[in-house]
Amino acid sequence: MDQQPPIPPSDLKLLGSWADSHTHRVQLALKLKGLPFQYQEEDPLRPSAALLIHNPVYKNLPVLLHRGCPVLHSIIILHFLDDTWPHHRSLLPSDPFDRATARFWSHFADDKLAPAVAAVFSSEGDGQKAAVDQVHQNLKLLELELGDGGAFGGRRFFGGDEIGFLDIVLGCGSYWLAVFEEVMEVKLVDPEAFPRFHAWLRDFEDQREVKETIPAIDKLLEYARTVRQMMLGGGATAAAGDNAASN
Amino acid sequence: MPQTASLHLTNRLHIHIVLESESERERERGARMAEAVVLLDVWVSPFGQRCRIALAEKGVAYEYKEEDLANKSPLLLQANPVHKKIPVLIHDGKPVCESLVIVQYIDEVWSDGAPILPADPYARAQARFWGDFVDKKIYDCGIRLWKLKGEAHQEAKKEFIEILKVLEAELGDRKYFGGDAFGYVDIALVPFFAWFYTYETCGGFSVEAEAPKLVAWGKRCMERESVSQTLYDPLKVYEFVCSLKKKYGIE
Repeated sequence: MDQQPPIPPSDLKLLGSWADSHTHRVQLALKLKGLPFQYQEEDPLRPSAALLIHNPVYKNLPVLLHRGCPVLHSIIILHFLDDTWPHHRSLLPSDPFDRATARFWSHFADDKLAPAVAAVFSSEGDGQKAAVDQVHQNLKLLELELGDGGAFGGRRFFGGDEIGFLDIVLGCGSYWLAVFEEVMEVKLVDPEAFPRFHAWLRDFEDQREVKETIPAIDKLLEYARTVRQMMLGGGATAAAGDNAASN
Repeated sequence: MPQTASLHLTNRLHIHIVLESESERERERGARMAEAVVLLDVWVSPFGQRCRIALAEKGVAYEYKEEDLANKSPLLLQANPVHKKIPVLIHDGKPVCESLVIVQYIDEVWSDGAPILPADPYARAQARFWGDFVDKKIYDCGIRLWKLKGEAHQEAKKEFIEILKVLEAELGDRKYFGGDAFGYVDIALVPFFAWFYTYETCGGFSVEAEAPKLVAWGKRCMERESVSQTLYDPLKVYEFVCSLKKKYGIE
């Protein structure tokens, strides 16, 4: 490994939110790569001037500032970290086909699984039943890929023996499954229906760096309960619900 | 025509002398290479066109397979079981799905060709951001322009013009979104250049009036063979959308 000068913490600054899974993705990635950084807590409902300047198009989190230059979207940030610090632990696999596969499933996480999980949180009755079914359909697809003949068959993690890009993307967010199971009283990750996914999630959450990144479950539970109550209470706070649900 | 004699020694020590002309061998080699790369696609798809442009920019030979989305082939269903969508690039039997994932894959595999993503990490991040922006915004808003009526249509029109202006501001006075080099964001956006006529006709506005630099950029891109050989005549695209409207019973 090349000798690189130590990275000053002031080089990297992360604007994020404590309950935002996309922020957690970046925090975990920075930790895994051993990159020091400053952190600034933002209120997603009341964006700071800095956030509005650095992300005028979407005004959302997280935003990573590298020497003052903004990098947006957690998945893009993870790529940026690998591109900028290639000699630190790689997040993405090196083979182009494996990279394409990881990217495909990272889009699945954001475009299919996350909205389905959010729908569970923000719905009731028959709508919620349908949302739960959708989550199960999506988990089934991941379960298949973790099985024999699947894209990640026989692996402990999506990244192989160690957690990588896709573990970070899927893992940071999957903790909401347990939270919503309790708050909504629904079964999402049945260890009998999805044994591999369940085992992977448990192993992921057991990693030291993950434990240091993801907030304590009781904090997440309290947050989810509060938001759910507000959502059921009135439309004015629906935005807060959307925010929690899409996190 | 020069003749090349090849000597092949088999296990039974039979010596076969194969006489082939050089050009015939080259033709076969080209055909074999093309078979190794297959693109499942639909002629009018801007997403498929991204892949065709990227392959052309890299000079990669491939087999094109037109899909009938009303009657999807077993190959497509097998190659993309999750979404059952085109485009799918099949390289040495392994499927790669989603157009911008495919474009990145092409860039990484055929890395000796002109780069699609820039080398600088920050520039790469910006390219990915704008590629994602195009993905999230143009197609879905565009559909609303020709599907919806009344207030919803007006909303879509307002939103679409805003999208054009954001892209125009990002392009600025540069030759391409990639700067001097045609690259990732150009590839992500340029197939929609052939859809501008459809969008402005269905939307009731002029792209040239709202985003003249974008139109100029599109024309510059069309000077590249990879683009001009891939994009269809805007009138043909409009005809296609009109036939879709008829199919869905939209006036």
